Amino acid sequence: MSNYPKPDAATLVKIYEKMELIRQNDERAHKVVKAGRIIMPYYSPRGQEVIPSAISVSLTAQDYICTIYRGTHDMLAKGVPLKLLWAELAGRVTGTCKGKGGPMHITHPETGVMVTTGVVGSSMPIANGLAWASQLSGDGRVTIANFGDGAANIGAFHESLNMAALWKLPVIFVCQNNRYAEHTTFANSTAVERIGDRAASYGMPGITIDGNDPDVMYGAAKIAIDRARAGEGPTLIEAMTYRFNGHLLGDDGHYMDKEERQRAIAADPVARLRKRLIDEGALSEADAVRIETDISAQLDEAIEFALQSEYPALDEIRRDVFAHELA
Amino acid sequence: MTSKTTIVQALNQALDDAMAADPSIIVLGEDVADREEGGVMGVTKGLSTKYGDRVRSTPISEQAIVGAAIGASLAGYKPVAEIMLMNFTTVAMDMIVNHAAKLRFMSGGQTHVPIVIRTMTGAGFSVGGQHSDYLEAWFAHTAGIKVVAPADPAEAYGLLLSSIDDPDPVLFIENMPSYWTQGAAPEQGKRIPLGQARIAREGSDLTIVTYSRMVGEALAAAEALSKDGLSIEVVDLRTIAPWDRDTVLQSVAKTGRLLTVHEATKPFGVGSEIAAEVNEELFGRLKSPIRRLGGAFCAVPFSKPLEDAFAPTARTIEAEIRSILSPELTH
Repeated sequence: MSNYPKPDAATLVKIYEKMELIRQNDERAHKVVKAGRIIMPYYSPRGQEVIPSAISVSLTAQDYICTIYRGTHDMLAKGVPLKLLWAELAGRVTGTCKGKGGPMHITHPETGVMVTTGVVGSSMPIANGLAWASQLSGDGRVTIANFGDGAANIGAFHESLNMAALWKLPVIFVCQNNRYAEHTTFANSTAVERIGDRAASYGMPGITIDGNDPDVMYGAAKIAIDRARAGEGPTLIEAMTYRFNGHLLGDDGHYMDKEERQRAIAADPVARLRKRLIDEGALSEADAVRIETDISAQLDEAIEFALQSEYPALDEIRRDVFAHELA
Repeated sequence: MTSKTTIVQALNQALDDAMAADPSIIVLGEDVADREEGGVMGVTKGLSTKYGDRVRSTPISEQAIVGAAIGASLAGYKPVAEIMLMNFTTVAMDMIVNHAAKLRFMSGGQTHVPIVIRTMTGAGFSVGGQHSDYLEAWFAHTAGIKVVAPADPAEAYGLLLSSIDDPDPVLFIENMPSYWTQGAAPEQGKRIPLGQARIAREGSDLTIVTYSRMVGEALAAAEALSKDGLSIEVVDLRTIAPWDRDTVLQSVAKTGRLLTVHEATKPFGVGSEIAAEVNEELFGRLKSPIRRLGGAFCAVPFSKPLEDAFAPTARTIEAEIRSILSPELTH
C-alpha cells in the first residue's frame, strides 16, 4: 500500500467536504424522523463516510454506481442534488423519483446513480450489466457496485464476481465491511476472516484495506478505477469500516459490543480528517467552519424544499408501471 | 423464407432480423453462442458468428444473466436474455420481479428496462417436475412485466420482434415440445402487436380462451366438435399480460359461454383471472357457468402415462365442452 497513489491536499479537502456533508445529512435524518416531520425507514451510513468520498473524487458524473438501502453516503458522494434527495425521502413529487421510490430506491441517472436496491446483494448483478454496456460501447465509464459484508454471503455475489472476472468488465466491487449484517456480527456470519481474500477464487485482484483511512481508500480505489478504465477488468475492494448506529433508525444496537462501538465512535473518521487537514495546514479553522455552515444552510434549504413540496397526484399510481399509462 | 417453417427457425429469424436492424440489441444466456452450438435447441444458432461479441454465452448464473441484461438496458442496450428453462427463472426471481419489473416505477420513470427474457417449457418431453412448468401466472401477477406466449411460427416471429421493440420488460414463453412443429412462415419484418389476441377459429356456441401449445389442442377439439354441429370459437391470447380484454369480452358476449384452457395448474391460474373478469362484465349474459381447464395440481410427473394425463388435451377439452353444451352427450 506504500506504492498507492496519494491524494493531494486539494483532493483531501474535497473528500472531507463530502464526508462532512454525509455526517450532517445523517444528523438531520435522525432529527427529522425523530421529530415526526418525515416518516421513512432510515439506514444510517454514519461511520462509513470515507469510502464513497474517497472513491468518488476519481469518478466522473458519467460513471455509474449501484448502491443499497444503506447508501445515502454513496449517493451524496456521487453528487445527487440535496433538494431532490430530501424531497424523495419525504415522498414528494419533486423528489428524484417523484416520491415513488423512497429512501431505499433513490435513482438519479444525471449523477450516475442508476440503481439503489432494497435487496441485499442485488446491486452487483446489475452493476455488471452497466459495465458490460460500457465495454461494448467503449464509452470509458466504470461502474461501482456497493454492498455490505452481509451481501458477500448471498449467491448474487458469487455469480456476479465470476461473470465480471470472466468478461473482464470495468466494474469495481466495493464491499463496505461495517462489521454487522443486520444484527449479526461479521464473525458470526462469515467463515473467512477477509472477504477480500475471496477475490482469488474469481481470478481477480482483491484487497482488504482500512476503509476509514482516506489515503488508503483513495489509493486503492484509484488503482481499481484506472485498471477498469484501461480494460483490465474488475477488482474487489473490502473496505473495513464500522457502523456507528443500529441496523436502522429505531434500533439502538443493544447487540453491538459496547467497547468496540465506543472505540469506533471515538475514532470518528470525519473529525479525524478535519483535525488532520487543519494540522497539516490544508484547511484553516475558519475554512472548516465555513464548510460546515454552508452545508448546514444547504440542508436547511433542502429539507424546507422537501417539506413544502406537494405529494404526487394519485394518478401517479397508474404511471410508470409501463411506458404507457394504465387505464 | 420458405412457405413453411418451425418455431425454432422463426425465433432464430426474428433475432437475426432484429440484430441486423438495431446494433443495440444484444443476446446473452447459457450456451447461446455458436462455440456452444447456438443454444441447446439451436434458437440462437449463427448469431454469434454473424454479430460477434453482441452474443455471449454465460456461466450457469441466472441472477447474473438477468442482472447483466437489466444493467445493460439501463445504459441504453436492448438485451435478449435466454433463461434456458422456465423453472430456472425461479433462481432469478429477485432480478425479474424486484428489479426488472419495478425500476421504471420506483425511479419515477427516469430509467426503464427494455429487456426480453426468452424461456422454454412444457410437459411432454419426459423431463419431470423441474423442467416442465408453466409459471406465467406468477409473472402476470407482477406489475411492470409483460408476458407473451406464441402458439405457432408466425406468432413466434412477430411477437418476438414486438417484444424486442417494447420499452418494457417482456417474459417470452416458448413451448419446448412444439419447437419443431411446422407452420406458415412469417412475412419478413411483420410484427404482431403485444396485447392483441387472435381469433384462431370463429364459432358461436362457446369461446375457448387459451395460449401457447394449448391453442393447437383447442383447435383440434373444436374441429372434432364441429362434426356434431357444435360451433366453437378459439381465442389465442398471444399476450397473457396485458391480456386483450376487448377481444375476449366480445367473443364471450357473442357465444355466451367460456372455457379457459392452459397447461399451467388450474388453481390461481390465468384462466381464473379471465373467468373472474368475464363474470364481472357479462354475468347476466352468460348461458352457463364459466369453466376452467388446466394442468393437474402436482409437479409435472415423469412416468409417461402420468405425464400424458397432466395437461389438457384435445380429448379432455372436447369432453369438457360436451359436458357444458349438452350434458346428455357425455355418456
